[in-house]
Amino acid sequence: MPTTLTAFADVTTSDSALRRFLHGLPGVDAVGLEARAAALGTRSIKTTAKAYAIDLAISMIDLTTLEGADTPGKVRALAAKAVHPDPTDRTTPMTAAVCVYPDMVATAKAALGGADVKVASVATAFPAGRAALPVKLADTRDAVAAGADEIDMVIDRGAFLAGRYLETYELIKAVKEACVRPDGTSARLKVIFETGELSTYDNIRRASWIGMLAGADFIKTSTGKVGVNATPANTLLMLEAVRDFKAQTGIQVGVKPAGGIRTTKDAIKFLVLVNETVGEDWLTNEWFRFGASSLLNDLLMQRQKLSTGRYSGPDYVTVD
Amino acid sequence: MSESSTRLNVFKTYKLYVGGKFPRSESGRVYEVTDPKGKWLANAPLSSRKDARDAVVAARKAFGGWSGATAYNRGQVLYRVAEMLEGRREQFVREVAEAEGLSKSKAGAVVDAAIDRWVWYAGWTDKIGQVVGGANPVAGPFFNLSTPEPTGVVAVVAPQESSFLGLVSVIAPVIATGNTAVVIASEKAPLPALSLGEVLATSDLPGGVVNILSGKASEMGPHLAAHMDVNAIDLAGADAALAQELEIAAADNLKRVLRPQPVDDWAADPGTRRMTAFLETKTVWHPTGSLGASGSSY
Repeated sequence: MPTTLTAFADVTTSDSALRRFLHGLPGVDAVGLEARAAALGTRSIKTTAKAYAIDLAISMIDLTTLEGADTPGKVRALAAKAVHPDPTDRTTPMTAAVCVYPDMVATAKAALGGADVKVASVATAFPAGRAALPVKLADTRDAVAAGADEIDMVIDRGAFLAGRYLETYELIKAVKEACVRPDGTSARLKVIFETGELSTYDNIRRASWIGMLAGADFIKTSTGKVGVNATPANTLLMLEAVRDFKAQTGIQVGVKPAGGIRTTKDAIKFLVLVNETVGEDWLTNEWFRFGASSLLNDLLMQRQKLSTGRYSGPDYVTVD
Repeated sequence: MSESSTRLNVFKTYKLYVGGKFPRSESGRVYEVTDPKGKWLANAPLSSRKDARDAVVAARKAFGGWSGATAYNRGQVLYRVAEMLEGRREQFVREVAEAEGLSKSKAGAVVDAAIDRWVWYAGWTDKIGQVVGGANPVAGPFFNLSTPEPTGVVAVVAPQESSFLGLVSVIAPVIATGNTAVVIASEKAPLPALSLGEVLATSDLPGGVVNILSGKASEMGPHLAAHMDVNAIDLAGADAALAQELEIAAADNLKRVLRPQPVDDWAADPGTRRMTAFLETKTVWHPTGSLGASGSSY
């Protein structure tokens, strides 16, 4: 199997070529997509399978705080929680990463110490993405220089919706280059489409392909700052896109639903989608993440329920 | 063929009352409810531990608003419940008569006593603070004030025999002081309790303050007693063996436990002890200011 983009080299040569390619992608059967997502959501996951799913979900969380009111203290608390989600039970896995604003990266990095938890930073004028290209790139370089392991960028939805696909593609490519560190290694790039603002499933499929062609390591549903965030249907659609992309190029791309996933039940539904759509290759925090904060508390309460046999309560997890 | 004037019976589907809504049991189960002579009355939901869990979540969510409401406001809402009960008196008389095998007139007296009990507790909402709280004399320049605070989410195992008056007598004191309740109705006579949910839903009581489950106390009780987010449990309707089991399970998060007490006559004056059982006392110290630099109190 080839692992290059050579087959698609010609589609990104011009705006019209890219448009022709994107509009040539098969249309999305919205009813079928939603029905499939809903059907997969009815699986009953219990006992040992549930325990496995809970631990897997915890290890996939990008524990996130993206508020104007973030303080160094709050970021340090978040980092401590990422390393020891449940201090009363040291068998609880660590989360995959903490996700913060660029100016908090250094604080997060210091607070995590040597723990195997990544620091993800949003960048490129998150969440609106309304800034000039040099500003976005400087934002990205800043975060990388501060030690970010992963960059969560937003696409320019305005350009995408106006049909300027090549501009969107080139933005992602430029940010990808800005992720390179002086030593030649690179921060992993997650590309946020803000699916709630893309209006149609066809647009989500097109955006996914633009992101993957431009070299995204992850494609991510949402910023968590608009009304509609990750849904099972739009995540399923993106999973299908990464599956098709891998089949054609051999390149594996991760998926990160973010926003609005608050309960263990929801998280397990997403894991079922992953398993049934792209399979076990993606069932690791290397290739699938949850962007969430309160989800972790519910996972911990469910974990406590499984290990003690009694229902837990919010008094026994940190409120953040 | 029947005559065209004969109507088909419209049977009522009894449902749970959780979070202000009327769900069926998550488990999909029902059980047959009969009168004391074994005649079928209706099918009631046979709630599972997951229904109990959902009810606790609803009760916790409602606690902030209900405990934060003024005592006067809670009194008004409880009085409104009594008004709604009065309006559906005939229905409750029929249901109590069937459930407990009483004559119409005896059942009428029971329902009247239950409505009066709501009114009685409605009056207590803004008075219990004066009875169990107050200013304490202390040896220093301080005001020292004790005030009763609601405990939180209270699980209630409702009395088995007195399906309505007993039920009202255990629910009203819990919520009058600002607690929220998860109630397991009498197993053999749950219908008046489930109908009470319909009354509560239409009487300004915020959803989730009272949650009513029908089914087996022996099935749901242990999960509620062990639940870390339930703050107290009233064992009124538990038999001796179950009460002991639940009390042990309740010890883990230091729940307040009200042990079952023999009640000969639910119509008798209940006193304040069912309210005080689910109150905690908060005491605050506040300087009087009498040692101010100016030598004045102000």
